[in-house]
Amino acid sequence: MRPDRPVGIVGWGSYVPMFRIKEEDLAAAWGREWSRFASSLMVFEKSVPGLDEDTLTISYEAAMNALARAGIDPTELGAVYVGTESKPYAVKPTSTILAEAIGASGATTGADFEFACKAGTEAIQAVIGLVGSGMIKYGLAVGADTSQGAPSDPLEYTASAGGAAFVIGPASESAATIEASYSYVTDTPDFWRRALVKYPAHGRAFTGRPAYFHHIVSAAKGLMEELGTTPDDYDYAVFHQPNGKFPRRVGKMLGFPMEKIEPGLVTPVVGNTYSGSSLLGLTAVLDIAKPGDKILLVSFGSGAGSDAFHIEVTEKIEEVRDRAPKSRDYLERKVYVGYPFYARSMRMYKMPADIGAY
Amino acid sequence: MRKVYVIGSGLTNIGTLWNYGLRDLIAEAGLAALDEAGVDRVDAIFVGNMMSGILNAQENLGAYAADYLGLSGVPAFKVEAACGSGGAAVLNAALAIKSGLFDRVLVIGVEKMSDMTAIEDVTSALATASEAEYELFWGASFVSLNALIMRAYAMQYNLSEEDFGWLPILMHKNATDVPYAQLRFPIDMKAYLNSPMIAEPIRLLDSAPTGDGAAALVLSASESRDGEGVSVELSGFWSSTDTVALYTREDLLELKAAKIAAKKAFEMAGIPSSDLDVVEVHDAFSIMGYLNLEALGIVEPGKAHEFIKSGDAERSGPLPVNPEGGLKARGHPVGATGVYQIVEIYRQLAGRAGSAQVPDPKVGAAMNVGGTGANVVVTVLRRVS
Amino acid sequence: MWALIPSIPSIKREMPYRYRLEGVECEECGYRTLPSRMVCPRCGSRKMKRILLPRKGRVLYHTTLHATPRGYEFYEPYVLALVELDDGTRVFTQLTDVDPAQVSPGMEVEVVLRKVRVGGEGGPIAYGLKFRPRLKR
Repeated sequence: MRPDRPVGIVGWGSYVPMFRIKEEDLAAAWGREWSRFASSLMVFEKSVPGLDEDTLTISYEAAMNALARAGIDPTELGAVYVGTESKPYAVKPTSTILAEAIGASGATTGADFEFACKAGTEAIQAVIGLVGSGMIKYGLAVGADTSQGAPSDPLEYTASAGGAAFVIGPASESAATIEASYSYVTDTPDFWRRALVKYPAHGRAFTGRPAYFHHIVSAAKGLMEELGTTPDDYDYAVFHQPNGKFPRRVGKMLGFPMEKIEPGLVTPVVGNTYSGSSLLGLTAVLDIAKPGDKILLVSFGSGAGSDAFHIEVTEKIEEVRDRAPKSRDYLERKVYVGYPFYARSMRMYKMPADIGAY
Repeated sequence: MRKVYVIGSGLTNIGTLWNYGLRDLIAEAGLAALDEAGVDRVDAIFVGNMMSGILNAQENLGAYAADYLGLSGVPAFKVEAACGSGGAAVLNAALAIKSGLFDRVLVIGVEKMSDMTAIEDVTSALATASEAEYELFWGASFVSLNALIMRAYAMQYNLSEEDFGWLPILMHKNATDVPYAQLRFPIDMKAYLNSPMIAEPIRLLDSAPTGDGAAALVLSASESRDGEGVSVELSGFWSSTDTVALYTREDLLELKAAKIAAKKAFEMAGIPSSDLDVVEVHDAFSIMGYLNLEALGIVEPGKAHEFIKSGDAERSGPLPVNPEGGLKARGHPVGATGVYQIVEIYRQLAGRAGSAQVPDPKVGAAMNVGGTGANVVVTVLRRVS
Repeated sequence: MWALIPSIPSIKREMPYRYRLEGVECEECGYRTLPSRMVCPRCGSRKMKRILLPRKGRVLYHTTLHATPRGYEFYEPYVLALVELDDGTRVFTQLTDVDPAQVSPGMEVEVVLRKVRVGGEGGPIAYGLKFRPRLKR
C-alpha cells in the first residue's frame, strides 16, 4: 500500500517506566524455578509501571519526545490516535486526554485503536492514510500499554509497560520515510480478553505457528514481493517481540541474519510492551540508524494480523535524534522491585471500599 | 470608643469524647460561661468552628448554638478562619460590642473531630485550611505543609531535630496538672526523637493531637469586678491575612499576618509587647510555635529554640509560654482552640488558673493561627484593678 | 468519605494548569504564578496575561508523607515539594520516580504527566504534571 503523497516519520519518541522486576522473582512468587523457562523465553527482566503511571502517562511522554524531534507546534497535528489494549477508561478515549495534555485538542480527529499488540501500527496505518491523502499535514500515532499478565500465567513473565509515538508527516520533512506498507489480517482466536474479564486468555502453543509466525511471514513476504525486495536490501528487521526467542526465529525463517535483528530486540531487558512492542524496537533502531539505512518493521496483533512497513532513514535523522531522550536512556534507567510492589502496581489486590485512589 | 471586658468563661475537657456531640459541647461550655458571668441573657452569640459541615454534617451553627442554649431569638453566627476560628469569633464579638449595637456577647469555640473515626478523613478535613486545588490536590496534608516550613527553618538556621523538641517537652510538662487537658503525661527528648514520622521531618510527638472540646467567654461593655476588685479587659485585638498557599508566600519563614496582627493589637491596647507577662502561642507544630514567638517579637529569628530550652518560658520564668500545655498537650480542637487560649489568659490574669497559675500576670496575649499563617488573630488582655 | 471522588467539573476546569503548566504573568510588575488570577497579588494590577511556565526547575524544600489524606492512601509514601522553576516561579507539587530518601534541596527536576487522584475503580482519573529527577541522557 502506498499513499498518494509520500509520507514519513517526522519525529519519534518512546518511554519505558523505570521499575523492573527480575524473572527469577516472578517465578519464585509462584513456587517455580526460572531456569525451567529461561531458554524458551530469553527474557531477563520486565518493566513495571509506577503507581501513578498508566497508558496515558506513557503515551504522553512518548508523544512529547516525538513532538520535540518533529519540531512542530502541537496545534499542527490533525490527528491523535492511541493504540492500546490497556485503556485507563474502557469507554473514554485515551487520545483526547493525550491531545489536551500535549496542546493538540480542538480541530483534531482522535480515537483509540484496539488490535491486541498491533494497535499501535494500526494507528500508524490510519495516520498514513490521513496524511498521504492530503487530509491532514501531520498526525500522531501512539502504541502503548501497561499490559497485565494473569497471575501465575506464563504471560506474566513477559507482559510489561512502555510505548512509542510517531509524528507522521510529509516525507520531505521526515527523519525516516515510510515507502510502503502491507497489512494482513485473519480471524485467528489465539489470544483474547472478554469485556468484563480482568485478564486475557490465550491458546498457549496456538499463539505460535498459526498466529505469530503465519501473520508476520505473510505480511513480510507480501510487502517484499510487492516492492521486489529481499532481506539483503534491509539493514534492520524489527518484529513484534513477545519474548526474546520468537523474533529471532521468524527472522531466520524469513532469511534475516541475527545482526540485523538484535539491535531492534528490546524484550529481553524490558519485556513485551504489547502495543509498544515492535514500535519500541523500531525506536531502538532509530537511536542508531544512519542516513540511507532501510528498516523492515513487522508488527503482530493477536486475533490476528500483521502490519509490515518499508522504512528508509534520511539525512534529517542526524539533526533530530538528540532533541529528546533515546530509548536507550529509558532502557538504562532502572530500579528493581519485588513481587509485593509489582502486585500493587498491577492492582492485583482487592482493596477495601474506603480506599479511594486506585 | 467603648471598652470590652471579659466577665465569664467556661470550657469542657478535651479529648476523644464519644458521648459528647456538638450540641453537648456547646451547651456545657456555654452554660458554664454564662453561670460564671452570673448572667442568663446575651445580645448575640458567635460560634467559632472550622469543620462542622465536613465532619458532623452540621452548618448553621449560630442558630444551632442559640437553640441548644435556650437562647433562640438572638443574632447568632458561625465564624470560620480555619484553625483561627476561635480567635476570629472572639474578635467579631469584641467588634460587635465596640460598635455599640451589642452590650453583652457569648463566644463559643467548638470542634468535634472524633465522629469520623478514620484518620484519613480527619486529615482531609484539616487540609481544607490550605489551598484545595493547588495544595490538597497534590495529596498535601496540613502536616506536610508545616513540614516544609520546618525544613526551610532548619536549613536556614542549621538546626537539628532536637532543637525543635524543647517546645513539645515543655508543653507536656505543663499539661500534667491541668484537669481538662488532653495529654497529661510528660515526654522526654528520646520519646520525641523516636516517635513515628507523619510528614518528614514532623513526627507524632511534634504535632498537636486531634480531639473534641468547647470553650466559651462572655464579653461585656460593662466592667465586672470580682471579690478582689479585679476585672479583665480585652484591650486589643486584630487580625491579618496572608496567602492561603505556601508556594505564593513571599517568605516561608515570616508570618507576615502574625506580625501585623500583633503590632496592631498591642497598639490598640496601648501596651508595648515587652509588657507581656504571659502568652499563648499556636503550637500546632513546634515550628509554628517558634514562628509565633518571632512574630510577637519575643525572640530573634532562629532563636526560639534557645529561649524555650533555657527555661525562660516555664511557668516560673520571666515570660511563661502556654502554661496549660498549649495546643500540643492541652489539646487542639481546632475551631475551639482560639477561645481556649483566651479563656486561659483571662483566668491567668484573674488569678484563677489553678495549678497552672503564673505569678501575678497583668498583661497577657494569645496568638491564634489559621492555615499555615493565612489568617492570624492576636488578642491582648489586661488586668484592671 | 466526602473526599473520595474528585469533582469532574474541577478536573476539566483545571486542565490548562495541571496538564500544561499554564500560568499568568503580571504585565506591570512581571510577577508570575499559577493558576490564572484576575489580580496580581504583588502589585494589585488587573493586567494579567496567560503564559506557559518552564518545565524544569529545582527542589527548594520537600517532605515525605506517611499519613495521607483520604483518596491518596494507595500511593503512600510520596514526596511533596516546593519547586522553583527555571524562571524563578515557585510551584507546589508531588515528586515521583524517586526514592524519598534520595531527594535533596537543589535537586534538578523536570515535569512528567502522571495520575494524581483516582476515584476508585469506577470514578474519574485526575492527571497532573508532577516532577521527577531529570533524566540522564
